[in-house]
Amino acid sequence: MTETIQTTTSEKKQTIRWSTLLIWAIVLGLIATLGWALLNTNAPRPEAGKPAPDFSMQFFDEYRWQEKPVANLSDMRGNIIVMNFWASWCVECRLEAELLENTWRKYQDQGVIFLGIDYVDAEPNALAYLKEYDVTYPNAPDLGTDIARQYHITGVPETFIIDRDGTIAHVQIGPINAATLEGVLGKLLAQNN
Amino acid sequence: MKKSSLLVTFVMLLLITLPVYGQNRQVSDDEVNAVAKKLYCPVCESTPLDVCPTQACADWRELIRTQLSEGKTEEEILAYFAQQYGDGVLAEPPRRGFGLLLWLFPIVAIVLGGIFFSRYMASLRETAVSEPVPPPSTIIMSTIKTLTPEQPTNDPYITRVEEELKKLD
Repeated sequence: MTETIQTTTSEKKQTIRWSTLLIWAIVLGLIATLGWALLNTNAPRPEAGKPAPDFSMQFFDEYRWQEKPVANLSDMRGNIIVMNFWASWCVECRLEAELLENTWRKYQDQGVIFLGIDYVDAEPNALAYLKEYDVTYPNAPDLGTDIARQYHITGVPETFIIDRDGTIAHVQIGPINAATLEGVLGKLLAQNN
Repeated sequence: MKKSSLLVTFVMLLLITLPVYGQNRQVSDDEVNAVAKKLYCPVCESTPLDVCPTQACADWRELIRTQLSEGKTEEEILAYFAQQYGDGVLAEPPRRGFGLLLWLFPIVAIVLGGIFFSRYMASLRETAVSEPVPPPSTIIMSTIKTLTPEQPTNDPYITRVEEELKKLD
């Protein structure tokens, strides 16, 4: 009789211990997940000298890169990349739209790729904007704002110039001017020649 | 025969015209805002789309209007925005992935809190059972003794109480 009572008591204690462990595991799991999400949110933005995060992009219908409708940034390794975040509602983006297109036309045969990443935009407006400025370089919407999050952009326009090794050479917050753009491109082209 | 063919023609016409009526209908601002308030501005912090004055939000509201006029449901429009611009634009986190965790967190917290509380109460009860409380008379006597340390009392009331308590013991 005493043994039975003792066994029952010890079984109860073990159940309690397991349930305590389970509760703590759930609590710690939740805290860890929330902490991980918080760390991801506060991760530092990619700066000059750091590798450019890779991403996949699906170009707008009329745009292609090497005839492909979908491409990864890493596919373009070996080229100098000028990646510009823009939106049709962004007034300052309009200040640099012509410059970007003209510079692309000037350098496209020298291993320089221009990429337009359309940030939180209504597609019909985005397409109208591209038509208005006669933009011919590859352009893609930032689906799910994944690219903007990877590059921690603070707004538009922002331009990242990436060297042939996939390292960020220059970060421009706000509209870029001809002197900066030509200066960085000239330096990178000279380095690799 | 004529009647039935007329009826068939009428039904056919109705079937053809109904979808056309459904598409590209006039959509009121209230209808647009009813969907817009379930979305957040992509540019400003914590501003619902229906009240945000930015151009980006005006464009989005127009997009909602277009989609409503095309006959899309609220769920379809919200799903489109989440897919295009990320789950962050939804006023309510989606019930999947990390969003599901946000929905479950309060429920789990309440359940765990309940378990902790009931276990704490149970442990208090166990302590109470293992340490028996002295009978009330003892407590009263000790209180009286504390009040009148080691001195015989002349108060007839106290004397009577003591006598009654002795009887109880």
